[in-house]
Formats: sequence, structure tokens, C-alpha cells
Amino acid sequence: MAEMTLKKKRPKNLDLMTIRLPLPGILSILHRVSGAVLFLLLPILLWLFESSLTSAESFAVVKSIAAHPLVKLILLGLIWLYLHHFCAGIRYLLLDLHKGIDLESARLSSKIVFAVSIVLTLLIGVKVLW
Amino acid sequence: MVNRILVGAHYGLKDWVIQRATAIIMALYTVIFFAVVLVVGPDSFAAWRGIFANGFMKFATFLCFVSLFYHAWIGIRDIWMDYIKPDGLRLLLMIATAAALVGYAGWAVQILWRI
Repeated sequence: MAEMTLKKKRPKNLDLMTIRLPLPGILSILHRVSGAVLFLLLPILLWLFESSLTSAESFAVVKSIAAHPLVKLILLGLIWLYLHHFCAGIRYLLLDLHKGIDLESARLSSKIVFAVSIVLTLLIGVKVLW
Repeated sequence: MVNRILVGAHYGLKDWVIQRATAIIMALYTVIFFAVVLVVGPDSFAAWRGIFANGFMKFATFLCFVSLFYHAWIGIRDIWMDYIKPDGLRLLLMIATAAALVGYAGWAVQILWRI
């Protein structure tokens, strides 16, 4: 569709193998990937939420599932995906308000997003899972 | 006359605003939820259930779920529009996404109002 309305073809390079993505670009694609993964896991997460609230027995089942070391690792990864989406989302809200849109602050804020989301993941993960 | 297609990007400002409004609602809920968990420290079924039996938390959790499902609709629809080129397949995926999310919303109501 877009090509039909353009007067002339613009040069573009979308060869993913030759593009070195800068940190804000990695943040951006991770924002999308984390959102998609969380969407795909919604039925499992809703099922866990339901089981945790249905009865003392099903609560105990959820607790024993979450006690498995491998499940803990997966849950830690999910907490990180959520917190990355959360922190990157706040950065995008600030960008929408034209805060930090010059290259230098955009690069700095993407570093902050990675640092804050990883630190929060470890803090919350340790508090909730261990 | 613009040649518009059924599954094209004619959604505009409204969804852009809703995606941001729902994001803010979920962000606020996340902070409230972790604060409540820190205070209550729900290590028993009764304490965990008690959090969502509270009228405010039930309302807030429901609002967060609805925000999540609308937010997810816009985000996932954008992914289909970016990567899925055949119109028929794109429409099918969009309908499947919307259907799943509407179902989840009903499920969420059932979970919360059985407490």
C-alpha cells in the first residue's frame, strides 16, 4: 500500500544481519517481544491466578509448582519481561511528552531502563520467589 | 479516493490514547499491588484471598485486567499489522486475538467475583 503512494523509492537497509542495533533499538524490540510473550502466557497466568484463589488445596498446588527450581527461574524471567515492559513503557510515555528526545538523553534513558528493570527483577524475585 | 483495506491502519488517535491510558492504570496498579503484598506478606491462602476480597482491591484488579486486555489488543494488533502481509491471515489473527481477550475478560470476572 505505502509503496503505491510514494513518488519514488527511498533507499532502505533492513538486512538484520548487517544492522548493529543501538541500545534504544534493543530496548524497543524487547518491549515488543516481552509484550508478545506475556500475551501468549496469559491463559497460564490466569489459570495460576485462579488456582491460587479457588481453595486452600489449589493454593498449595500453585505454591508447590512455584517451589520447583526450574519454575522459579522461569518466573524470574517473566518478572524481568514484565518489569522491562513496565520501565521501557514509562520511558516511552516520557518521550511522548517530549522529555529526553535528543540522542544523548535517549541513549542514557535506555541504559537506565535496563539497569532499573534488572535490579528491580532481582529485588522482587528474591523477595517473592526465595 | 483513498483505496482503503479492511485490515489497514485506520485506527488513529483514539487507540494511541487508550494504549497510554491503560498503561498508566496498570503501572499505578502494579505499584499498589506490590505495596499491598509488602504490607500483608500473604504466605497463607486466607491472607492471599483476603487481598482480593477487599472491595477496593477487587475493583482495582478488575480495572487492571480490563486495561491489560485492551492494551494487549492494541499491541498485538500492531504486531499483526507490521509483520503479517496477507489480508485474510491478518484478519483471522486479529479476530482470534480479540476473541481470546474477550474470553479472558469473562474469565477474570469469574475469578474475582467468586471470591
